[in-house]
Amino acid sequence: MTPLAKLLEAALFASATPVPADALRLMAAHAEDGETTLEAALEELRIHYENDGHGVELVEVAGGWQILTRPEYTEAIERAQLAARPQRLSAAALETLAIIAYRQPIGRAEIEEIRGVGAGAILKSLQERGLIDVIGRGEGLGRPLLYGTTPSFLEQFALRHLEELPRADELAIALRAPRHAGTTATTPAVVAGAPTKDNGEAPPRAD
Amino acid sequence: MMHSSSLAVADSAAADVFVVELAEYSGPLDLLLTLIRDEQIDIYDIPIARIAEQFLDRISSLKLDEAADYLEMAARLVRIKAQMLLPRREGEDVWEDPRAELVRRLLEYQQVREVVDVLERRSEDRRSRFARAYTQAAVQLPVAGPLTISLPELLSAVDRVLRLARKPHVHDVVPRALDVDGAIGIVRALMAIRARAQWKDILPRKAEPWEVLSLLLALLELAKLGELRLAQPRAFAAFEITRDPSGEAA
Repeated sequence: MTPLAKLLEAALFASATPVPADALRLMAAHAEDGETTLEAALEELRIHYENDGHGVELVEVAGGWQILTRPEYTEAIERAQLAARPQRLSAAALETLAIIAYRQPIGRAEIEEIRGVGAGAILKSLQERGLIDVIGRGEGLGRPLLYGTTPSFLEQFALRHLEELPRADELAIALRAPRHAGTTATTPAVVAGAPTKDNGEAPPRAD
Repeated sequence: MMHSSSLAVADSAAADVFVVELAEYSGPLDLLLTLIRDEQIDIYDIPIARIAEQFLDRISSLKLDEAADYLEMAARLVRIKAQMLLPRREGEDVWEDPRAELVRRLLEYQQVREVVDVLERRSEDRRSRFARAYTQAAVQLPVAGPLTISLPELLSAVDRVLRLARKPHVHDVVPRALDVDGAIGIVRALMAIRARAQWKDILPRKAEPWEVLSLLLALLELAKLGELRLAQPRAFAAFEITRDPSGEAA
């Protein structure tokens, strides 16, 4: 391996969380390995783990890089009680996260409107888990808290960035714009960041 | 009272909110969507009367009928059913389907479910890998036991340390008095023949530190007396020495 690849391996090993690409770039700039670029060294490390039969692999996640164990050893590691998989999130918690991921910043009322159930307890525990955080306050009565996802969310869902989630128009059912003036006021018509076209379709009619 | 059989999970909500949802459905929209899927109904043309009936059936059989969110949806369905029965006025151009809002919410919810599927796959992928579980090791200082050393041993150790330690280097400081009065004389003489001067004009070549200091103190002193003025156009620039017009007049 090139000296830079070895240095990156050491840095990634030393860190418990994904190392931001910027931090690695800074390390590479200070390293006396002028020949190798950061990208080339990372690729070298990735291939090194892949080809030579390693128990770990290099993963790009949450805007950084991280060394993780390979899935095939998870059970053995868990059986030996060396590490435990985090608890799965409930469907309700995942729905809430999905809504926040697409519509952030978003207030509690809007989440409840979409899911049709109260969200208070779920928001609290998602926040305790570090998956969401308050990122501002909305306009209007009581200046409601607005929630958004955290870097830890990306990490725990193996996402490099939010754009890796499917765009709204890539989902099987594209959302139709609401026809009622009363509904547009409370709910945005489309999933944020992923505009869908208003195809001008007529509202459903009863015959 | 909540029925313990179906709402057992809900009872434990306080302990762990991640299992707060009612056993089968994550909410009234989920139940509604399940009914529509089971009955293979066109979402844009929901037979409201039938669905409302099934919804009420299902929540009572599941003993969900005390959960407010489900009741609210049931009420909404019944209201839409009633609105559908109202006769449409002849010649009315715009007819708003009372189901439109419900359809919009169902589609929106359906989209959320699709994202949940993606998140679930991603989360499973990540859950099956471990990161290095780094914990900052607490620094444990070894507990010193009682010393088992004799006095001669201790003394010889001290002796060894003292012999190994290098002799400290002592500087000889030669006192050299500053000659501020002399420097004032030099500056005065120069300023008598020149209206303005610079630092380097007064400073002799190869000046000793005491000369530099003396001249600096002399300049400050004369400036304080009002005989001359010191000005620096910007930081670190050479400063200018000018005769103070007011001092001159005096």
